[in-house]
Amino acid sequence: MTDATHGPDAVTGVTPDTGLRIAEERHNGEMVAADGTPLKRSLNRALRREKLRALALIAPLFLFIVVTFIAPIADMLFRSVENQIVSETLPRSVIALEAWDGEDTPEEPVFAALAQDLAIAVELKNHTRLGSRLNYETTAASSLFRRTGRAADDIGEEAADQFVELDPAWEEPATWIGLMASEDWIADQAEWAAEAEAAGRDAPPEPRFALRDGVAEALPRTADMYGAFARVIRAEDADSPTEEDPWPIVYRALHDDLVANPDAAASFEGANAQLLGVAAGAVPSFEVTGFRDTFLDIDEDWADPTIWGTIKAFSSPYTAGYFLSAVDLQLTADGVAKQPEDRQIYGLLFGRTLFMSLTIMGCCVLLGYPVAFLLANLPMRSANVLMILVLLPFWTSLLVRTSAWKVLLQQQGVINDLLVWSGIVTNAGRLALINNQTGTIIAMTHILLPFMILPLYSVMKTIPPSYVRAAKSLGATNFTAFRRVYFPQSVPGIGAGCILVFILSIGYYITPELVGGTTGTFISNRIAYHISQSLNWGLAAALGSILLAVVLMLYWLYDRIVGIDNVSLG
Amino acid sequence: MKLKSLMLTTSAALLAVPALAQDMADEMTIVSWGGAYQNSQLKAYVEPYQEMHPEVQIIWDESSAEAVAGMRAQSEAGNITWDLVDVTAADSMRLCDEGLAMEIDPDEILAEAPDGTPASEDFGEEMLVSECFIPQIAYSYTFGYRTDVEEWEGRTPDEICDVFNLEEFPGQRSLEKRPHNNMEWALYCDGVAWEDVYDTLETEEGQDRALAKLDTIKDQTVWWTAGADTPQLLADGEVVLGSTYNGRLFSVIEEQDQPVAMLWDAQSYDLDGWVIPDGLDEPTLNRVKDFLYFATDTQRLADQAAWISYGPARKSSAPLVGQHAELGIDMAPHMPTNPDNASNAFVQNYEWWADYRDDLDSKFQAWLAQ
Repeated sequence: MTDATHGPDAVTGVTPDTGLRIAEERHNGEMVAADGTPLKRSLNRALRREKLRALALIAPLFLFIVVTFIAPIADMLFRSVENQIVSETLPRSVIALEAWDGEDTPEEPVFAALAQDLAIAVELKNHTRLGSRLNYETTAASSLFRRTGRAADDIGEEAADQFVELDPAWEEPATWIGLMASEDWIADQAEWAAEAEAAGRDAPPEPRFALRDGVAEALPRTADMYGAFARVIRAEDADSPTEEDPWPIVYRALHDDLVANPDAAASFEGANAQLLGVAAGAVPSFEVTGFRDTFLDIDEDWADPTIWGTIKAFSSPYTAGYFLSAVDLQLTADGVAKQPEDRQIYGLLFGRTLFMSLTIMGCCVLLGYPVAFLLANLPMRSANVLMILVLLPFWTSLLVRTSAWKVLLQQQGVINDLLVWSGIVTNAGRLALINNQTGTIIAMTHILLPFMILPLYSVMKTIPPSYVRAAKSLGATNFTAFRRVYFPQSVPGIGAGCILVFILSIGYYITPELVGGTTGTFISNRIAYHISQSLNWGLAAALGSILLAVVLMLYWLYDRIVGIDNVSLG
Repeated sequence: MKLKSLMLTTSAALLAVPALAQDMADEMTIVSWGGAYQNSQLKAYVEPYQEMHPEVQIIWDESSAEAVAGMRAQSEAGNITWDLVDVTAADSMRLCDEGLAMEIDPDEILAEAPDGTPASEDFGEEMLVSECFIPQIAYSYTFGYRTDVEEWEGRTPDEICDVFNLEEFPGQRSLEKRPHNNMEWALYCDGVAWEDVYDTLETEEGQDRALAKLDTIKDQTVWWTAGADTPQLLADGEVVLGSTYNGRLFSVIEEQDQPVAMLWDAQSYDLDGWVIPDGLDEPTLNRVKDFLYFATDTQRLADQAAWISYGPARKSSAPLVGQHAELGIDMAPHMPTNPDNASNAFVQNYEWWADYRDDLDSKFQAWLAQ
């Protein structure tokens, strides 16, 4: 036994202990795997492959959730700040308003821009939507835009009549095409028309209208409006400017252009120049009403700086306006202000939603705890029967349960009848148990109770009965043993149940709608109202975002105080 | 084997569809109100139409109450899934204004009266309230009351303002959870003449005045949203007096034989009809037009009145209105347009409501919540 190195303890190959050293010696400090690549790299590669495989496995679900759940919600919530409608519907007016001081009725250029914007908006049928949008911020905007929209067709009519009187050629679509359209477009259009004739119904759409070079400089307003006219009738009615005479507002624009630039004809040639030259000579004697007077004539509300202030305040493509409305504030031309008294309801509703959700949660704990305790401590056979009683309503349709509560709770309902029959209340003094907060709290406590009982039950099931027995054997009374030994161990179940019940109830909709009347409704009923009735989707989105934020904040708070790890579902 | 053959037939049917569909689609989604009203449509013209065209599948969607929201959402998403939508006159104006419904020419797509009167005259201007609207029926919002209320000591409400009279007619009322009609009734009972009601409602003071009048009965009121609510509440004795569509009251009184009677005073007329969503594809549109031509002709509208007590929108249908299809009672006395019922009626000003509904809605809803 002299040569110890050949004994059983002798090291002959690489061991975990020596591997590091050997590797360091061989490869300047890099560990290598069996195939000679550095261990770090090969490990990373293996891990990455693993991760990719895991990702590929969850990818379908993940994509499904993103596409069908997260993206639509994000899109909906995005509406709470979106506000392109004002700047898209009234682009010219918004620019013209930049110079407005905000004090008096704006000047002529603003009204001229509005007339042009409205002429287009009415054709596109956007003006009522804009009116509704502005009405969220200032009363009477909707009716103002509707009334004006009905009269907007006539703006510029007098100018059109006088042009036609001057020369009937102005009535011909061809005159305008010759004046406004580019040579290329005319050629393309002719080619298209021939093809369309042959193709019949399946013809491709007409080529996009293009303005003649130089028109935009010589007759800027006319070019702008005629271009819009050609664009709109092509998109909306599939009509061609070669067949339709322009809107009256185009004539009016031409009148204004020629007044501003009597030498515009110089930019044209031949018959066009002559036609324009004659017109330029005649326009100073045309009788036209100013745009400002026209609008004030249609509706004197246009003189009110409020509507203009609102347009200006909401001209940016993104707005905090909806969020401000959602907290009973409003954005005015002079900054943020409180909503008028009779429109302040969201603070009230948010408060009521929180209060009622907490009440329902409290009721669920009070009613659910004893039931869960009983379930957890009864012998298996009877516990199972009781469990079915808990689950049976859980499996019944929500609507059926809510309607059943209606039958029970109404003034001529079962509960009141019983109370009257037993003499507890008089016939005249029947209790109002439905269509108010009481109704909502009763019905929702019942509906959400299983969400409290189930987590409580599964936590209580895991509490060994021997602990309570041990406490008693050490001299604790029943109450002390429950309070100091059993109850603390069931707290994670209470936490889980509370979170479930509270988060479910804060967004509840159908039950409060059916049994809540006017005082027992939640903020979610208001959101539903804005989605389906008033169509104020921006405000609905803002209210929804706030609700989501409140829930997340409460969750965070709960995590800080109770600790989310202490929550157990079983 | 059965399943396999079923699958074979189905796929054969699927293959066959495109060939047929060049002209008309075989499937049509109709949006309506559900309940007795939808049933009257089914009996009067949908079933007869399907008998004539057995290949046509009709899918019902009971979403008319949210028609504007639905059509706007579908238009924004660029995916029109509704083919024919039943809406009220005010909603049709809104849809037409926003370009969500298709403009139609009644004389072009609707049938003439049997005597050759063009459709536009047969319906008349007061029915064709918007360029997209194809009227079916005239109905009214009116009150029903229980006839067995002890506290009333034999008195019966015979005029609209009894709704606001809690002393003589104590008990809970039910009113619609919308400003429409309620505001008009409140102002009228506050002493405003019918012709001034809408002018008054335009002003802030007028709106406050109407709400103040409603305040007097607010804590005695149940607010309904579905047409079936009031009949149910009346039948349960939960309310003693409530507004709803006259046809629903007809079915409570005549079909279910409940101790309820009509209070026709100051009934408010409204219209209901079809709109075609804008942007349907060609085959579907052809099918919809084909169906509409049939479903709105003189006989079909008269047939509908045999199932529900709503007045047909065509003048030429009125003489054809006969008896209830199942009860065999004369329908004419139950029509809102019957002269005995119409003595103090008013016509809802749709145009005014289209202009002011945004304002009044938000004010009314805030008032309700406070």
